[in-house]
Amino acid sequence: MDAKIPAGPLSEKWSNYKSHARLVNPANRKKMSVIVVGTGLAGASAAASLAEQGYKIKSFCFQDAARRAHSVAAQGGVNACKNYKNDGDSIYRMFYDTIKGGDFRSREANVYRLAECSASLIDQSVAQGVPFAREYGGYLNNRSFGGVQVSRTFYARGQTGQQLLLGAYQALMRQVNTGRVSLHTRHEMLDLIVIDGKAKGILARNLETGEIERHAADAVILATGGYGKIYYLSTLAMGCNASAIWRAHKKGAYMAGVSWIQIHPTCLPQSGEHQSKLTLMSESLRNDGRIWVPLKADDNRNPNDIPENERDYYLERRYPAFGNLAPRDISSRAAKERIDTGHGVGVMKNAVCLDFSKAIKEQGEKVIEEKYGNLFSMYEKITGINAYKQPMLISPAAHFTMGGLWVDYTLMTNIPGLFALGEANFSDHGANRLGANSLLQACVDGYFIAPYTIPDYLAGELKAEKITTDHPAFDEAEKKAKQQLNNFLSVKGKLSADYFHKTLGKLLYDKCGLARNKKGLEEAIEEIRNLQQQFYRELNITGDDKVNTELEKAGRLADYLELAELMCEDALSREESCGAHFREEFQTPEGEAIRNDKDFCYVSAWEWNGADQPHILHKEPLLFESVELTVRSYK
Amino acid sequence: MKIFLKIWRQETREAKGEMKNYVLDDVTEDMSFLSMLDLLNEKLIAAGERVVEFDHDCREGICGQCGVMINGQAHGPLPHVTTCQLHMRSFNNGDTIYVEPFRAKSFPVIRDLKIDRSSFDRMIQAGGYISASTGQAPEANSIPISHKTAEAAFDSAACIGCGACVATCKNSSAALFVSAKITHLVLLPQGKIEADERVRKMIAQMNEEGFGHCSNTEACEVECPQQISVLNIARMNWEFNKGGFL
Repeated sequence: MDAKIPAGPLSEKWSNYKSHARLVNPANRKKMSVIVVGTGLAGASAAASLAEQGYKIKSFCFQDAARRAHSVAAQGGVNACKNYKNDGDSIYRMFYDTIKGGDFRSREANVYRLAECSASLIDQSVAQGVPFAREYGGYLNNRSFGGVQVSRTFYARGQTGQQLLLGAYQALMRQVNTGRVSLHTRHEMLDLIVIDGKAKGILARNLETGEIERHAADAVILATGGYGKIYYLSTLAMGCNASAIWRAHKKGAYMAGVSWIQIHPTCLPQSGEHQSKLTLMSESLRNDGRIWVPLKADDNRNPNDIPENERDYYLERRYPAFGNLAPRDISSRAAKERIDTGHGVGVMKNAVCLDFSKAIKEQGEKVIEEKYGNLFSMYEKITGINAYKQPMLISPAAHFTMGGLWVDYTLMTNIPGLFALGEANFSDHGANRLGANSLLQACVDGYFIAPYTIPDYLAGELKAEKITTDHPAFDEAEKKAKQQLNNFLSVKGKLSADYFHKTLGKLLYDKCGLARNKKGLEEAIEEIRNLQQQFYRELNITGDDKVNTELEKAGRLADYLELAELMCEDALSREESCGAHFREEFQTPEGEAIRNDKDFCYVSAWEWNGADQPHILHKEPLLFESVELTVRSYK
Repeated sequence: MKIFLKIWRQETREAKGEMKNYVLDDVTEDMSFLSMLDLLNEKLIAAGERVVEFDHDCREGICGQCGVMINGQAHGPLPHVTTCQLHMRSFNNGDTIYVEPFRAKSFPVIRDLKIDRSSFDRMIQAGGYISASTGQAPEANSIPISHKTAEAAFDSAACIGCGACVATCKNSSAALFVSAKITHLVLLPQGKIEADERVRKMIAQMNEEGFGHCSNTEACEVECPQQISVLNIARMNWEFNKGGFL
């Protein structure tokens, strides 16, 4: 497995790469076409940037508009080591925080580049008109996020993702206006077209007319986000899915770090059976909110009636150096531990308190309102509770997938011409992502990396034969896709797609969630296989093959059911605890993770080997030249 | 709770639609409005019928994809929320709820409650951006922007593009949507340079899409989930006229 990391010292690798990347002559660029699937931060920024260079772009999304992609929902902020606060920040420190945050399971060179490009992203966004928070002198403001000791998170109230996405969306719309980008909304990708080992196009379905369309190109970018929705109840949008990357996987692209899924500590708890989503409350709230549970188990008093000395501020107690700003994996696990031992609060006893009374007393309600006003009002809209008067109730929920398609340093998968950007790839976050690094990674991939690495690839394709959509590879893909769609419509069983999704989600939360063990994972694999068989026997999709939400769900679920099995295989094979992957067999008596660098300091990249065959594991060893592998402590 | 539903069903863009009746017996107060529709769809699937198609995605009020008329009000009875943020505790046992798509000439119905809002995209394409190419930009702090200005720009930039303003307007005007983008960008020093061209092009596109004129009823602000102020419209008119006169 060649990650194609450039030579030279860590701090010079990216400059070296850029200096030597191949270019395409401006006159030739309009002859080259690139398909970009997904219009979130990674997809929109890549599509806009490549169109600006003069390439012909086809942009696809399943939503009704490019602006709706789930990057829009990120609340708290985006990290950049500007060191505006003069508090000791630097590229190296940000690199170190990120690689430590990822529990030393990511590539040094990629992570360093992420930190290196972070400052330019803020410049870029400001130029586009992103209204970041400002200090009274007119300069940019920022705040702290989990897992770091400096202030490097830039924000636009609690809607940072929305504002960054609108910047990227507007840049994309500007290119649509020039005619260099053709926009295909309400489309889903059905398959990747691989010809002579190279990615040469996609098969897509128009979600209004049902028509199956063929699109050929010189390169394909998948920027389709993460698959946390596999758990059904999650912070993700209802339509988030793994289908594009999974179908590329079945065409030969490796999946890496599959079971590394972040369970976010600050979400609204489940309140009933019919719930479809767990809303995220930004991690930024932990800057001023203190997390606690009643000291006594099964305490049914109203949180406001529990006196100070009967509260357990468990994060401050266990992790005094970072306190309420401990990283997400650690905070979520600590919450689960308290909830499992009977200290949970709320109707279903599945939550912990996030308390602002101290901050309000010290800073005043007005300051807190300015910082978090929209989050407090969102909380009140959903729960009917005023968090200025009593603690919020929060609970962990599936959120971000560190895993995804394996990519090399240029963000190309092992299929030449197929690139994966943003959350869809595995590259920068290791086994746990730090808060406010996802917006950053999506933007850096699209604005700053793809504009160099994709032309480098295209330069080698200038003389390649142009593929047309009458190529037999398209015929074959279309035949298979139609067969699958017809199959979904003709099973006519008794159970809805949602039934299977909810069942799968619950199973994964139980056995491949915050904590995993060998026995549970083995059982889960068995249960997933049974569920899969039941799915093809008892699924009921009503309606036709045109506008049909249920048909869309069926396709996504078919992929989720296969992916779920690989998630469990991946978790089973990694006999250590690292980041979000917590194997119960590998922990200290105090419940802290035990990582095993001797045997598991590698990326697991899995190759599809046919439906009835086990996946093939490839190992990319992780070599650390600039940092020393230490026990990740936030105490 | 028992809820009686009257829901707009329409097969295709061209087909004639109609209201259809449904009854749900087991709605709970903590259900969101969209979870209630999920529940209805579960029952339709069990009965072998085609589900009610409706747009939604993030279900936390920010993507702007959901939106229906509920008893004649865009996004339902609560002020300043999206349809996905509405919960059934806003209704009573035995209520009859009318559910229809956002209606406007420029928002054709695709099926049932799903509509085509691509006209919004085309208005942004006409000029709703700052022409800053990606990749290279000057140091962010080289242009100080006052706290007040940044906050005001944010107030306008917060628009989620749901279309409730159009749906609730008796003229189906998109003035609030267009003016919010114009104001967001014109308030910032980076966006001032193209202000005249932007306002002309976006308004020309708005007219071409067939949206109606604004007659200052201010209904749009009342329904807007992000509380975008009608003062944005005044600002747009000022920028438009200024561009014409000066």
